[in-house]
Amino acid sequence: MSTPNKVVKSSARPGRALAILTLILISLGATAFITDATSVRLGLDLRGGTSVTLQPRASTAGNEVTSEAIDQAVEIIRQRVNSLGVAESEVTAQGSGTNRQIVISVPGENGRRVVDLVGQTAELRFRQVLASGLGVPASVDSSTAATPVAGVSEAVNQSFANLDCTTAASLQGTGTDDPAAAITACSKDGGTKYILAPAEVLGRQISEASAGIDTQAGSAWSVSLTFNNEGTSAFGALTARVTSLPEPTNQVAIVLDGIVQSSPRITEAIPSGTAQITGSFTQIEAQDLANVLKYGALPLAFDRGEVQQVSPTLGSEQLTAGLLAGAIGLFLVTIYSFFYYRGLGIVVTGSLAVAAVMIYLLALVLGETIGFTLTLAGIAGIIVAIGITADSFVVYFERIRDEIREGRSLRSAVESGWVKARHTILVADAVSIIAAVLLYFFAVGSVRGFAFALGLTTLVDLFVVYIFTKPLMTIMARLKFFNSGHRFSGLSDKSSGVTRTTSSVEA
Amino acid sequence: MSSIKGLGGRLYTGETSVNIVGNAKRWYIVSALFTLLSIGALAVQGLHLGIEFKGGSAYTFPTTTATVEQARAAVESTGIGGELIIQKIGTDKIRVQTGSLTTAQSDSVEAAITSNFGVVAADIDTQLIGPSWGKEITKKALYGLLAFIIVILLFLAMTFEPKMAIAALVAVLHDVFITVGIYALIGFDVTPATVIGFLTILGYSLYDTVVIFDKVRENTRSITSTSKQTFTQATNLAVNQTIVRSINTTVIALLPVAAILFIGGGLLGAGTLKDISLALFIGMLVGSYSSVFIAPAVLAQLREKEPAMIALAKRVQARGTAAVTATTTASSVQGGSAVVNDRRGPRNQPKRKGRK
Repeated sequence: MSTPNKVVKSSARPGRALAILTLILISLGATAFITDATSVRLGLDLRGGTSVTLQPRASTAGNEVTSEAIDQAVEIIRQRVNSLGVAESEVTAQGSGTNRQIVISVPGENGRRVVDLVGQTAELRFRQVLASGLGVPASVDSSTAATPVAGVSEAVNQSFANLDCTTAASLQGTGTDDPAAAITACSKDGGTKYILAPAEVLGRQISEASAGIDTQAGSAWSVSLTFNNEGTSAFGALTARVTSLPEPTNQVAIVLDGIVQSSPRITEAIPSGTAQITGSFTQIEAQDLANVLKYGALPLAFDRGEVQQVSPTLGSEQLTAGLLAGAIGLFLVTIYSFFYYRGLGIVVTGSLAVAAVMIYLLALVLGETIGFTLTLAGIAGIIVAIGITADSFVVYFERIRDEIREGRSLRSAVESGWVKARHTILVADAVSIIAAVLLYFFAVGSVRGFAFALGLTTLVDLFVVYIFTKPLMTIMARLKFFNSGHRFSGLSDKSSGVTRTTSSVEA
Repeated sequence: MSSIKGLGGRLYTGETSVNIVGNAKRWYIVSALFTLLSIGALAVQGLHLGIEFKGGSAYTFPTTTATVEQARAAVESTGIGGELIIQKIGTDKIRVQTGSLTTAQSDSVEAAITSNFGVVAADIDTQLIGPSWGKEITKKALYGLLAFIIVILLFLAMTFEPKMAIAALVAVLHDVFITVGIYALIGFDVTPATVIGFLTILGYSLYDTVVIFDKVRENTRSITSTSKQTFTQATNLAVNQTIVRSINTTVIALLPVAAILFIGGGLLGAGTLKDISLALFIGMLVGSYSSVFIAPAVLAQLREKEPAMIALAKRVQARGTAAVTATTTASSVQGGSAVVNDRRGPRNQPKRKGRK
């Protein structure tokens, strides 16, 4: 790549590089200010909270975990967690493809309930609608309380009357709705409440579902589904029975995790095992419903992989310890650089300071934009990266000394040493970044936080070396203090071990 | 300090030369001993796996009065059975570690703690790990390791040359093996945080090796056209030229890690920070050793087998004994070697001593 033995062209424009750096720092700061990011988002291990990692597996033998099923499971769990009403709860899938884990994070002390809530398998069931009404309690809308439905228990009627679908808690699926009993349920949007008969068709009796444009009925979106053998006869019997009944008992509700996803009216008996749901679907609604039906065919069960609960006290202790360790680490590195590199210690300290400011601003901005959270492992990654960052300077300084030993002047050594050091720094940092990226994609949980922080700081390091350290050296090489080889400059002949006729050196 | 700096200069010109690469056998023996020790420790004692790998539950609660025995009695009274590890952490915390528990069992343990020691449930830090979870993360870590090795091998082979990639890899495997061995030997707990540490060592050790190899490449770029040095000698010069940097880098990298180790181990007692930094501390020391002593030696050995390098070695041999003496002499530090004469002085004057 580089051709180190050629005469280096003096193309150094330190002023411009430093101006670019200032501009970048200002724009990062402005972005943080505009997005209203005032503090770094802390992970649960630093502020207290509960995190649960679930490992999805097929609920019955013969099934397999599909990527769509995991997406759907994440949606279901998100709905359950949101029903708790805790701000900043998060449900994410980590990893890739079918080998993903679902990670649920709930800050604060509300975590205990989460653990029980999220682990159950969500099942899809078809139930006949027995009664429906506006999704508000009977005290608000009396029409739903007026006619108790025959054939279901008093308790169900009572619960139907009191059901308020506008509260978050009513949309909390639990996966515990008993398939053999009549239940009350809310629609997904909370606008309608239902009394539903025991389940007659199960989600796993679906063999296929897809969304498409119904060409016969113009260009409306519809959802097609196909049942397996069992499903065909069960669905055939259900539709044959309800199709001639009065509203709303001629509807069949598709219930996932205790929530009514859709309640199509059955217009004819469907003995063939293929059905089509039509209505005023948008493309997204149709696809969502198809996904729900597909998930129903392959419901996932969850193994509770890891539950971690950190009290706010421990969280703040860990934060303090992490920051303290970082501060001590920085301090020691600074002391060492001044001790060994004398005046050049200013360059090391300055560069580390610039890197620190940049990482802080990036953490602010990334926290707001992509939800980057700083965890204890992340802090460890950043502290470890102090070493890697400082090493870039060590490589560069040693190269400058090498060049001086070859008989170059400081000004020329700063430039020619840079050309050689640049290559080493690039390759070495690339290795570090590759390590971080692979760690990030293969690992789960805290390892990812570490990898992200390591990768980010390595990138920042590269940037700082190019746009701050090098220009700073160019400027400093022009100063008499360094240029004349002052004994505290770190670049004296003695430091470099050069014997020149002009300088007196004891060997 | 200035004497060390002066040394840096002498190492650079070759005036002072430590014969590292030429004494490869010595380092191989040292490493082989450590590796055997590691295998032995792994076979006899095995790794001390944390609950993250074998499944189980841990509860940490604040208390200044309760003793370990009281805690044990309280937890045993719930009748959960199985292995119980109870430790005092610092002066004001107790950690209870059990085997894998069901949700109901876990609740009863928490209830026992809250009722016996007057702690509210929210103040108990808990960690529950399912029994199959460990396999999952072990698998992921192994996949990560494999992918890492393959990608790095390709990257180094493309940036440098295939033989450098192999040599770097040998050094990295050496580091991980010995670090894991030390863990088995001493019986430190292996947690996911430790695994993070191990994986970081891979990156760090490679980084260190890359810096040295970059210099080797520079020194050997036109080596066959000069006939002044054999590949081994040029490599040794590169190691000597970068050794000041290697020492500085190791010190600078270890300082922050030592800070985490001190704070993590001293203030927090246990946990992520301590586990990562302990693995890093041990691994970085081993990594620096292998970057200087193992990787260049393996590289030199691989390259010296090439016909062009054999021919070069013969030519260098023919040129006189001076340069060869410089690297075959076993003495570790010697001033004024003939290499300098070759570089600076008139040629064909092998007997002339350094010109100080």
